This record gives sequence, structure tokens and C-alpha cells, in this order.
Amino acid sequence: MSGYWDPHIERMPLEDLHALQEDRLKSIVRYVYDHSAFYRQRFKEAGVEPSAIRSLADITKLPFTRKVDLRDNYPTGMFSAPMSQVVRYHVSSGTTGKPTVVGYTKGDIETWSESLARALTSIGLGRGDVVQVGYGYGLFTGGLGLHYGAERIGAAVLPIGTGNTERQIELMMDLGTTAIACTPSYFLHIMEVAEKMGVSIKDDTKLVAGVFGAEPWSLETRKRIEDATGINAYDVYGTSEISGPLFTECHEKSGIHVWGDMFLTEVVDPKTGEPVEDGERGELVFTTLHKFALPLIRYRIGDLSILTNEPCDCGRTHPRIMRILGRTDDMLIIRGINVFPSQVESVLMNIPEVGDHWEIIVDRKGPLDMMTVRVELTESGFSDKIGDLMRLKKKVSKELKSVLNIAAEVDLVEPGTIPRSMGKAKRVTDNRKV
Amino acid sequence: MAEIKQISLFVENRPGRTAKVAKTLSDAGVNIRALTIAEAGDFGVIRMVLDDPEKGYKVLKENAFTVSMTDVLAVEMKDSPGGLYEIVNTLGQSNVNVDYAYAFVTAKAERAMLILRVDDIAKARRVLGEKGVKIATREEVQAI
Repeated sequence: MSGYWDPHIERMPLEDLHALQEDRLKSIVRYVYDHSAFYRQRFKEAGVEPSAIRSLADITKLPFTRKVDLRDNYPTGMFSAPMSQVVRYHVSSGTTGKPTVVGYTKGDIETWSESLARALTSIGLGRGDVVQVGYGYGLFTGGLGLHYGAERIGAAVLPIGTGNTERQIELMMDLGTTAIACTPSYFLHIMEVAEKMGVSIKDDTKLVAGVFGAEPWSLETRKRIEDATGINAYDVYGTSEISGPLFTECHEKSGIHVWGDMFLTEVVDPKTGEPVEDGERGELVFTTLHKFALPLIRYRIGDLSILTNEPCDCGRTHPRIMRILGRTDDMLIIRGINVFPSQVESVLMNIPEVGDHWEIIVDRKGPLDMMTVRVELTESGFSDKIGDLMRLKKKVSKELKSVLNIAAEVDLVEPGTIPRSMGKAKRVTDNRKV
Repeated sequence: MAEIKQISLFVENRPGRTAKVAKTLSDAGVNIRALTIAEAGDFGVIRMVLDDPEKGYKVLKENAFTVSMTDVLAVEMKDSPGGLYEIVNTLGQSNVNVDYAYAFVTAKAERAMLILRVDDIAKARRVLGEKGVKIATREEVQAI
């Protein structure tokens, strides 16, 4: 059982939390209207004045914002604070288009660190812990985000960044790392390299917790990691637009706490933009209630999840979002059927003969989309009878079909042949010409 | 009696993979007595009898191959018509199933050697022995 970083806020009665959110919503709407030409214009187009926002329910009167708005207003056209107030920038990689620039005031950095301080405390970390930050440092928000959060709770930070895996493992042993933060796919790689080095993470290190995110991962992967290493693997969530990594599950592992005093979280139907019922799946929409360099109003983040307002068993009253199913833009449409790579992962990680690394290749043969799932055969899955291997292929294919509703070709490949990733894993190669 | 250890490897069907196997064994000074490749489209299984299976297993594993060791029988077969029939008929009548088999001819004798993977190795050894079929020992295979 872990304590709270800020018990007053984290256990605030819902009524009080809603009152605080309402106050903060009204002021942030007024603030962006007064300080950002972009929002003033948007609100005018939507025919809404800040004074129209009198309660939380009024939020639906406000127009959505999207990643494309950040791109169109590159680099800083959506900022509300004057540049003299900005103390840091982060820049997204821009793999799918123009990069996006985000900025922070001194207070924004504080809020971000505070959010993670609460989160890391909720998984039992604090003074005396050694937190190995294996996320990339630099323009990516992962490294510095976790770094500041872990320092804030008094943990010792090992700012190693990504890569140099053998050194990661050596330092983990030498400095007694108790928690690691990195992408789940990178941790799987660390596990593999440790095994090759003859290091047992369970017996030879003090690691007890992993803070894994920046890419969707399944419960089945969590189970594999936990079973193999004996650590507790926690989900961390956040994107650069809303600051970076911000929220984690608590020790209950029952949804990610999204701090209501800092963010107002909605879930909408990705097609219509209409709010869905509590507990229904939809696209996450965040309004930053306490962020001033680049406040975002009703920002459609593109991730699909479920929101619950039920208080958690840990005593925290803030809303929780369930494991991220995937991003709307990760979704593949194959022969007209929606496929999320995370669904493929959850199927594969339930099959012990299949290794931890996999990839999806999509091709078009004539008019038909073809999906091939390449999986590594594990040592224990290897039989020297061809019939057994063919049966395994069939089994993987059948289980994929039962979940995805489309047939996938399955390729068994040798262990170590699928590229390992240090950061966000690239699981999909789409060779179709649009 | 120590059974003969066959080394099996999972390999993807792409150029150079078999060469990599051969090179790995050659660098380690391990000699291949018999070899067969079973292919199934995009992948295959290489099965080998080596003069030093433990060493072969170790170096292949170190080179990141997916490798396993399987007990097989090496049966001496007359290198003349009917040689194979005698053996498989004996096994069939005794209800021993042959999972797979491959043969090679030894240099010094007019005998062929048949490598067999069966579902009941002890029974196969017994019924073949009763028929007077000679089953090679590990040392004999190593010494070929």
C-alpha cells in the first residue's frame, strides 16, 4: 500500500473536484480568448463567448482542437503565453507530417512534474528509490518528463536515456535500480539482452517496478513481463500536446488516474464528436485546466479509451481511463475491417510458442489487402517435426482471425530477426499504395 | 545405451541461411555425418547427425539459431534392394511409427545408415534387434 503525494487533492470529494474544475475551466477559456488569436478566432467562428461557459456541461459548446491545428499554426501560433514566459520547448518527431512544437512556462513544468509525482507515489516509489529513465532525452518529452517527476518525489534518477542496453543492465545492477521507465518494447529487449548476459532481472537486480508507455501495449504483454521478471509493470500515459507523460495506474492497476484538477477529460464518438456514455469506448478529448504556455481546449488526442468516474479502491477520486486501445491513426483498415496493432499483440502474447517481438506487413495483391503477421518462434515452441510447426502457424492464424475477423498470413521467423526498438516500436509496415 | 543425438534447427527459407549453419559448424571443427532439410514454404527444418553433437549444439545456440537435440536411431541397412523394407516392415508390424527418416552411405562399408526418429525408441531398438538388424552406437557413428 502506498501513500499519497498530495492526499488533499487526490482524495478530494467529487463535488469539490467538480467545483474546482468548473472554476478552472471558466478561467482557462477566458485566458485563451484573451491571449491567443487562434482561440479568439475559433470561438468566434463557433459563435461562443467565454461568458457562455457557466458550468462543466457547457464545455460541449466549445469547438474541438486537433493536431492539424498545431501543424497549421507551426511553430507557436497556438501559444497563449508571451515567449518571455516560455522556459522550455519540446518538438514532436513529425513522422506523419510537419512536427509540432509545444512550450511550457515555469509553472507548466511544475504542474507536469507534480502530476507525475502523484503518479509515481501511487505505485509506491519515493525517497530511496533509484529510477532509471530509459526514455529518450531531448526533444521527446518522455525522458525529461519522467526525470523531473522522479526527482520531485526524492528518488535518485539515473538519466541514461535509450540504447546502450548492456550498460543499462550493468548500471541497473551496480546502482540498485528499483524502477525503470521506458517503452514496453524496449524493456522486452532489455530482458532479452539480460538473458544473453546471464543476468536474471528477478534475482540479480533490485528492480521492482516498470513505468511503461509511449506506445500501446496489452495486458498480455504486462503478464509476460511480470512473470519473467517478477516486477510490477505499470502503464503510463500522456502525449506531448498535453505536456508529455503525465499519468499512471496506481498500485491497483485498474485504470490510469487522470488528475481532474489539471485536466478535464471527455470521451467522444470519433466519428460524430458526440460524448459517449460513461464506460463506453471512444476518443479521448483533453482540456488543460492548469497549463498556460500552450493551453489546449477540447483537444482530440486521437487515442481510444474508456473513462470511468467511479472512485478507485486506492482512495483517489479522480477519473480513470482504461488501457489505451490504440490511436485512431494507428488503426489499419484491411479489406474494410478495422484492425488495431494492439489487438494483434494481445492475441500473440497469449501464445507461449511465440516470442515477444512481432510485426505486421500489409500488402495489396491485386484488389485484395493482405495482412502478414511475422512472429518469432521461441525455443520452447520449436519442434523438429514440420507438422507441429504447420499446426502452430495455423493456431496463430486461427486465433488472430477469431479476434480480428480477418484472415492473416502467419510467418514463423527465427528469433532475433525482427528489428528491436529502443524507443517507440515500429510494428506495422504498410506497403499499400494509396 | 546412449542414444544418438540429432541436432535440429529452425531456419527461415532465405538465401545464405544454410551456409551460415555450415560455416558455424566448420569454424568449430564439427563434422556433419548426415544431413537432411525439410522445407515448408517460408521456413524449413535442418536435421543433422554430427560427430560432436554437444559442441555443435553449443556453437549453433551461441550463434542465435533455434536449435534442439533429439534422440534418433542409426540403423545399419544392407545397401541392396529390400534393405529399407526389412527395417520399416519390422517397425510397422510392431506398431512403431516412423516420424521421419533419412539415409546415407558410409564410406568404408557396403552398408547404408538409416537415421530414424520413431515414437517409441526403446521398442524400435528391441524389435529391430530381434530381427538381427544392427543398430549403430554413438561411438560408431562418431567414428565413421
